[in-house]
Amino acid sequence: MYLSTVSRPQTDPPEAGSGRSGRRIALVSGNVVALGTVSLITDVSAEMVTAVLPLYLVLGLQLSPLAFGVVDGVYAGATALLRVVGGFLADRIRRPKLVAGFGYALSAVAKLGLLLAGRSVPLIGAVVAVDRLGKGVRSAPRDALITASTPPESLGRAFGVHRTMDAVGAFLGPLVAMAVLLAVGRSYDAVFVTSFCIAALGVVVLVLFVRERDTPTVDAAAVDASRGTGPGTDATADDQDGKKPGVREVFGLLRDRPARRLVVAAALLGLATVGDGFVYLLLQRRENVDLTWFPLLAVGTSLVYLLLATPIGLLADRIGRLPVMLGGYAALGVTYLLLAGPVTGWPLLVLALALYGTFYAATDGVLIALAGPVLPPRLRTTGIALVQTGQALAYLVSSVLFGLAWQAWGPENAIRVAAVAVAAVLLLTVLMLAPVYRPVPRKVS
Amino acid sequence: MTAISTRAKIGVAVGSAVLLGVVATGYAVLVTEPAASPAATAGADTGPVTLEPGQARLLTITDRHVASVAATDPGGARTVSDLECLRVYAAAGTGVCLGPENAWSYRVVVLDSALRQQRSVAIPGLPNRARVSASGRMISWTTFVGGDSYTASGFSTRTGILDTRSGSTVMSLEEFAVTRDGKPYRSADVNYWGVTFTADDNVFYATMSTGGKRYLVRGDLAARRVETLKENVECPSLSPDGTRLAFKEAIDADPQQGWRLSVLDLATMRVTPTAETRSVDDQAAWLDGATLAYTLRQDDGRPDVFAVPADGSGAPRLLVPNAESPSPLT
Repeated sequence: MYLSTVSRPQTDPPEAGSGRSGRRIALVSGNVVALGTVSLITDVSAEMVTAVLPLYLVLGLQLSPLAFGVVDGVYAGATALLRVVGGFLADRIRRPKLVAGFGYALSAVAKLGLLLAGRSVPLIGAVVAVDRLGKGVRSAPRDALITASTPPESLGRAFGVHRTMDAVGAFLGPLVAMAVLLAVGRSYDAVFVTSFCIAALGVVVLVLFVRERDTPTVDAAAVDASRGTGPGTDATADDQDGKKPGVREVFGLLRDRPARRLVVAAALLGLATVGDGFVYLLLQRRENVDLTWFPLLAVGTSLVYLLLATPIGLLADRIGRLPVMLGGYAALGVTYLLLAGPVTGWPLLVLALALYGTFYAATDGVLIALAGPVLPPRLRTTGIALVQTGQALAYLVSSVLFGLAWQAWGPENAIRVAAVAVAAVLLLTVLMLAPVYRPVPRKVS
Repeated sequence: MTAISTRAKIGVAVGSAVLLGVVATGYAVLVTEPAASPAATAGADTGPVTLEPGQARLLTITDRHVASVAATDPGGARTVSDLECLRVYAAAGTGVCLGPENAWSYRVVVLDSALRQQRSVAIPGLPNRARVSASGRMISWTTFVGGDSYTASGFSTRTGILDTRSGSTVMSLEEFAVTRDGKPYRSADVNYWGVTFTADDNVFYATMSTGGKRYLVRGDLAARRVETLKENVECPSLSPDGTRLAFKEAIDADPQQGWRLSVLDLATMRVTPTAETRSVDDQAAWLDGATLAYTLRQDDGRPDVFAVPADGSGAPRLLVPNAESPSPLT
């Protein structure tokens, strides 16, 4: 049984003077850098389109964009379901790279679809849906690849570096879009073609530089696999090692205590987040931020996220991922309280955005780093997809609930209630995950 | 799978990057046409456009520039100014222009009768509606704001009002207290668009949307509140005599099915659809007490201004080809 404790997250600090840990601090694996580069390039492409899509719809096509919100909601559920299906497929055919590549390619093609959709609102809606579908399909296999190519004790760092690179791409995207528009005038088509070309380059980098199997830690994963799908799963799992994972195994995964609790914890995290839109709206109302500067609130948050993702990932590897994630919840709770609290003016803006960005940095990648070692390699992508989907669906529910709370009690009280909910979620998460993630002394040296 | 050397991989990656770069640049070069100068439009001559009331002329936008045509010959020669706007409206010698501040942001410009800038306010988002009260005192605008959040791609609107006499500005009607169906109401998803002013320059009508429904509201600027009057009424436009509202009515109350241009009698609350059966996504302008003008777009997005009788009779007719944002110069 001691092997299974090895595969548990190592939340204890690395032993001092260990030569191994000194070497590991230097780098993340080449595969993580490759995946980070793909994400960076792809996010430049994606955010270019996000930045100009309103301009294109309203000024380029002269469409009334209010109908698009409806389209959006319809596809959100379908995307969530397909994300799990994609994750399961990646595990079943054991080709996470292929499925991720398909997702990246789908989003790239969607950029060209915008050119062909013309002024048809349903077609544009469909193209946006394809783009989101690609995003949904690729994220779980991508995170599974990062997990597979990283030693368990360095996962926080690996996801931190990956999310930083991702965020850099998201930051550059709008700037590139503006540069293209400056160069060519009001040709939104040129932005879409450029975005497609950048996305295609991302796919090329993925195909060439991302490795699926021959990573040093896959050996460890193979050992992991040979012990079955973890405690709580029936013994027949061991016999299925040579076979492809089946649907029944997915349900088996959810019977597995750590995995199930993780999915529930992810859903709770989703429930605790009321959504960026509400947070920025409250800030804007509190401080009467000039509406023309309103978009900068999101920029401020993503800047903090970008800067902190890697350091917080390193911290998570050192002091444990669960405490860091709980720290993220605390940052979120304090952000909510600030929105209805006594602090005003610039201190409020700076503090709220810094804490909100910290919340993202301490939860987004860290959650998956927490999940990686718990999930059996055979079903790792499915497990990650379940975690992400649970969070996304719960978030949809919570944003609706928060809207209702706003109506019933007014914005200030609603955000106080949300802060209380965060505290409850924090407590529940501790009760649920602490027994599963109790730091265990290493038994193998 | 055969192993490819890292050097070869880098070579392929760099090659792909160069190739894709060429494709992107090539496309940009091919599609970019030199911007047509406003005067290049057939039958147009650049000249002074004035907003003096009482002219028998109609104000429009042609190729993003403020232009005017003779009301008696709207399809004929037009005068195009060098003022760039996406929406324009004028009354009593005061104009409003929603135009670019720079390549990415827009502003509201208040104009005097010689199109000189009197005042300018930076606005968030993208121009959608613009109005001036009949007296020329009150200005209003609506913009689309997108991407408040990276998890949702929904759009919202912001509607503001400027009092040119006092200089006071309401940047967003969302600050106002709401009474819905007789009861106080508040919600984060409240959005406003399409203001039209009554003769007292204080009471106005507009569209408020919340919970997936769109309401006609009557607002009181001084009291900073609005109340709902009727569902499924968008972009109201008050008739010169103040008795009727032209508006767009979502077909089966579903905006995705398009809008029917209709007229609401404020005394009886009776709705009369106009003879225009194509979907009209515009805040109509009253050319006189009996005629509405509005923008319709061809499949490729090119705009034309049409007119239709307000009483449901007759048929729509093309008024000004290749133009949008019509406004009478009253």
